[in-house]
Parts: sequence; structure tokens; C-alpha cells
Amino acid sequence: MNVHDKYKPLTFWERTYLPRIWDGLVLTMRHFFFNLWHFFLASIGVQREWKGAVTYQYPEVRRPIWPRLRTLHRLTKREDGTPRCVACMMCETVCPAKCIYIVAGERPEKQIEKYPLQFDIDLGKCVFCGYCVEACPEDAIRMDTGILEFAAYGRNGMLLTKEMLLSFVPKKEHYTARPDLEARPAPAPRLSEA
Amino acid sequence: MPNITIDGKTVEVEPGTTVIQAAEKLGIELPRYCYHPGLSIVGQCRICLVEIEKMPKPQVACYTPVTDGMVVHTQSEKALRARKDVLEMLLVNHPLDCPVCDQAGECWLQEYYMRIGQYDSKMIEDKVKKNKALDLGPHVMLDQERCILCTRCVRFCDEISKSHELGIFNRGDHAELAPHPGKRLDNLYSVNTVDICPVGALTEKDFRFEARVWYLEATNSICPGCSTGCNIAVHTNTERTHHAQGRRVVRLKPRYNPEVNQWWMCDLGRYSFKSADDPSRLTVPMLRQGEQWIETSWEVAIEAVAQKIKSTAADRVGLWASPQLTNEDLFVLKKFAGRLGLTRVAAALAPLEKPVSDNFLIKEDHNPNTRGLGLAGFPVETKASADLLQQAADGKLAVLLIFSHDLSQSFAADAVTSALAKVPTVIFIGPNRNATSAAAHFILPAAAWPELDGTFTNFAERVQRLRRAVAPLGDARPVWQIVKLLGKPLGVILPYLESEDVFAALARENSAFAGMSYATIGDLGHQRGEEAAAVKARRLNQVPDKLRIIPIFG
Repeated sequence: MNVHDKYKPLTFWERTYLPRIWDGLVLTMRHFFFNLWHFFLASIGVQREWKGAVTYQYPEVRRPIWPRLRTLHRLTKREDGTPRCVACMMCETVCPAKCIYIVAGERPEKQIEKYPLQFDIDLGKCVFCGYCVEACPEDAIRMDTGILEFAAYGRNGMLLTKEMLLSFVPKKEHYTARPDLEARPAPAPRLSEA
Repeated sequence: MPNITIDGKTVEVEPGTTVIQAAEKLGIELPRYCYHPGLSIVGQCRICLVEIEKMPKPQVACYTPVTDGMVVHTQSEKALRARKDVLEMLLVNHPLDCPVCDQAGECWLQEYYMRIGQYDSKMIEDKVKKNKALDLGPHVMLDQERCILCTRCVRFCDEISKSHELGIFNRGDHAELAPHPGKRLDNLYSVNTVDICPVGALTEKDFRFEARVWYLEATNSICPGCSTGCNIAVHTNTERTHHAQGRRVVRLKPRYNPEVNQWWMCDLGRYSFKSADDPSRLTVPMLRQGEQWIETSWEVAIEAVAQKIKSTAADRVGLWASPQLTNEDLFVLKKFAGRLGLTRVAAALAPLEKPVSDNFLIKEDHNPNTRGLGLAGFPVETKASADLLQQAADGKLAVLLIFSHDLSQSFAADAVTSALAKVPTVIFIGPNRNATSAAAHFILPAAAWPELDGTFTNFAERVQRLRRAVAPLGDARPVWQIVKLLGKPLGVILPYLESEDVFAALARENSAFAGMSYATIGDLGHQRGEEAAAVKARRLNQVPDKLRIIPIFG
């Protein structure tokens, strides 16, 4: 079968081109005036029911996110506040982007034995595949912070350290977390140039 | 000679052979924890169970001697079921430590669980708790919970190192591996226990938590620690540089060679790799101006050094070769010295202290290639070195080329300093910074042994092959390449591109290496013909009754 067969052949008016341009402008303008009217009425408090343009007034209004959406990583803690991670390197091994850098150390108390001295994630390389979360046998890494904003001015600023990963908290509701409004200890997740 | 049928295949074996050995001869691999071909047989782990016809119960293959007409089934339902159940029992008290265990990735419990286990756990009781991190000795840590009591390490200490440090104490669930009271696992072969431990009970302190084993690459090579030339695998980690404190060479493991070291290597050789990634490595050619070292390029450094040699009479040029160099390096160096007519040549050096040695693997000569030095035609008697130093002190030398050696390791430090001060141009060619390089005027960085392709000749004149595990650090180069560069402006053309070319020329021109090539040397080495019979007598298969270990001090 010819792949082009699935397209309808153009009619005469479509082939003349200009009338269809006009049709498109009409459609755009209809949306424009509808939304203009809608927001005008809304701003004077006349109506709030009509569904306007699909636009969120970011950053004041945030788009709800799917509960399972993978957002910025965090490291979970034990009850005593130490990282749950045992530096088994499963996440580092499975990571397809090779963006996790763990250095293991020995703990003085012998029952746990191993912990990460260094746990860095290079967000400049991370592809947010979530394999690290899948691979972790200790439930030590999760991607449930709801943080989607982590721009930086350079590559160094994209490096998440162990301390940062431990400071993040899970998102409470299904909206993207606002780093500046979340009650959370420093350092803030807005990553600046290191 | 008894005939035995295993899984329908018949084989004739020596009397006294056990079923597991006969199966191995047929290429049938039976699971094993306690069985090790280098140790006595105890039938401790009981995972090598097989079904033997006319015997009512499954039998351990490692401890059952072959009889004529024996019919064995290794894959029958009964045998497989028995092995699976044994594995389940071995794992009853084994902690699931895989995330923190250094053996994860090379653990036989994992391997056999996937191959013959895969049962659903019936365990509802709590596991028996024991010591997690027991400091056994200078190099070894013990996790008693992980131990499955195969007693390999106990037998190693009883039979190979003859130091009897370890034992199994208590009974039943409470049985545990531990050192005898007041003893530590402190012998020169202690880390072999880690190599033969099939689970993660014994771990190596130096390697502990440094890198995961699946990040490592193994390259077959030869230990440079002494003139035995133990066959080893060099484990390197170059992909993940944040591991192992940035070291590229992470650990050494012995490699089986029945003629040289069998399965073992000593702890001294095992930690001889540290110099390769040491901060003292020389990586850039350097020349001295006053008190300052100036980093320079190979072109400039070679040109300057060649000018010095060119403008000096041949009898005022000294050359100090080294038994640390490979046969290839020595061959090229000998050619270089011969063409230039250099007569003031020394090579082997006597150590100041008496180095440790025993009658098993460790030789008193801690240089890997002293025999190669002799075969290449360099003077191996230490008197030549003393003479050369004396000549330097007498001001008879204008240029002195020193390869690898730190002279202050062999002579009194002030004698070396005053002698080198009398020589207007001292050129140091070696991998690491040391007291001699500090007194030199030119430094040419040489590749360290894990960075070399080449051969060493061991004490028994067995020529063995080194393989390059990592690339040379910085601008460092193998010594023969440095000599080749140095020869060009002096009119000594050495037309070799690869170390294999050098060895081919060596085999052609030196009758001691006649008929050899990298292909004939292979992984296990090439024993020189005239020595082969003698070596067979000296074969290390028999472990001496009592190891005589001569300590390094006193």
C-alpha cells in the first residue's frame, strides 16, 4: 500500500491555498476573542464557570501532576536521621546515563557497616528514567519531591550532593512543589553555580 | 585403572581419584564450596551430592573415591533435589548482605542459588546473630554471620601457610569461624584465604568497599614483587574514577599456574601495585635549572640528553640498568649501550636490609627480572654497582643514566648523594620519584609495570608475559621506547614499533630466547628448554613441611 493513500486528496478550494489560510485565522481569532471576553467577565466577577484557555497562571497557579510522575530525586533517612542508603551501587550500576557517583565508607557501628561518603547525581546527565529507584534494595532513593525546577547557570550547578538529596522532602499533594515555599532546610534546591 | 560412567559418559581415571575430579575430566561441573583442588578434602559443605547406583543415599562427589564400574548420575532428580536442599540449609543462617558485601558479584551462594537453588524460603525463625566485622589480621576482615563453615581458610592456614591461626568453634547453629585465642591471621599468605572464601565471610581490608567487582576489568600479568614471578590478574577500574580513591589498579589476584604459583600469591606481592597510582609518579619529562624543575616536552628533553651523551667520551658515560626492567627494555638498552660502546655499565643492586623470603613463593631476590638481566648480558653481580658508584665518586663519569633504581636503597644515603654530586649530568629514567630522582638533572618518566607489555624471566628462567592493564600515566613511556627515542639523535636506530617487535628481535638475536614468541609464551609462560628438567624437580606442587619465613627486620 502506498503510504500516501491514508491522506485525503485535497479539494479544489484547499488547493487554491488562500481560503484555508483565512479559515485558520478565523479559528485563532475566535479563540482569542472568546478568551478575552471570558477573562474580562471573570475579572469583574460576573462568571467563573466557563472553561477558558488551557493556561496556568504559572508560577502562581501550578499544574497538577500525576502521582507517579518522576521528579527530583531525594534520599530517604532512617529514624535516626542517617541516610538509608548502604552504598550498594545498584543505582550507579543500573544508571544508563552514568550520572550517579557514590563513594562508599565504613560506618563505625558494625551492624550497618556501609554508608555513602559521597552521593552525587549529575542532573546535567540524568534522563529521569527512574531505574535508580527501581534498583534500590533499601528504598533509599525516590523521585517524589515534586520539584521540577532546577535550572542552573553551569554544569557544576547541576550537581546534587548527598546533603541536598537528604534535605528534600516528599511532595504533599499532587502539584509541583514550589521550592521557595516548601518549609525545608537549606540548601534550597534552586541550584546556583557552585 | 578404574572406569567410571558419569551421566552416560565413560572415563578412565587414576586409582584414588574422587568423583568430582573424574567429573571435571569429563567437563561436568559439580557445585562446590569446601572442595578446592589445592587443599585437602573434607566433605564439609555437602553441596556436591550425586546419585551413585547401588548406593542408597546421595554421596558427596568430592570425598567419594572412584571404583571400577561405578555409575554416577549428576543430573538425576534425586541429585538435583539433594543439592537444592543443601543450598537451602547453607543459606538458613546466612544474612542477605549482598548490598553491603564485598563478595557480591563473585559470590558462589548467588551463583548456585541461580543455578541450582531458586526455592521458596521456608525460613520463619530468626537468623542466628554473630560478629559482623571482626578484625582478623593486618589485611583480612571476618564476618562470622556470612561464613558457611566450608573450612577452606582453616585448611589453608593448616596446610599451605602452616601457621594454624584459624579454627571452627562451637557446635550446630552456633559454630563459627574464629582465630585461635591470642592469634591473628598474620602470615605472609593471609589474603589467599580471601581469594578462596566462596562467600563474603573473609574480605580484604585494602579492597573493602572501594569498588564493586563488576566495575573491574582483569588483565593477566606477572607479579613484579620477587623473582618467582607469580601469575596474577590485575584488576583495574578505569570507567568509574570516583571509586577506589581514584586508583586505576585496584587489586591483584593470583592466577592458576601449576608450574609457578599454583593458586597462591604472597601478601607482599599483592600490595606491590600501589606505586603505579602513587602521587610520586613521574608523568612529565623534567629538567633542572638551578634548584627548580622545569617541565618540558619529550622532544626537548631527549634532544638535551642526547647532546650531553654525544659530547661526552663513551668511557665517561655510566649506565645503570635495572632488574625491574622487562626483557624487551633490557634488550634495547643493551643494543643502545653496545652501539655507543659504553663500558661503565652496572645492573643488579644489593638491598641494604635482608629482604624477606621463604621456601615457598617468596624469593630473596625481590626483583622480577634478575635472570633476564643476566641473559641480556648485563653484569648481575652487585660488585659492578659498587664499582660504578665508586667511579662516580671518583669523578670519572660525566654522564650517568640511572634506570628505576633508588640508589639510597642499596648504598648509604650520604655516599650516594656525594657520588651523584660529582657527576655533572645525572639522568633518571623511572616511574616514581625517589631520592635518586631528586638528585638528577634530567627526569624521563617511564611506564610502571601495569602499563607495560613485555616479559619477565623468573628465577627458574621461565619467560612470562606481562600485559598492559592500564595506559601509561601522563607522558610516561616504556623504557625501550625512551631508549629508542634517545638512540635516534645519537645514530642508534632501533626500528621497533611494538614490544612484540622487540621480543621477535630478541628471540632472533639472543640464543637464550631462541624459538620464543608472545604466542608460545601465552598465559602460562615458556620454560627455557635446558632448565625444564631441573624445574620439574623444583616444582612447587609440594608445599614444604615447614615454611621458614625470614622476617624483614632481624
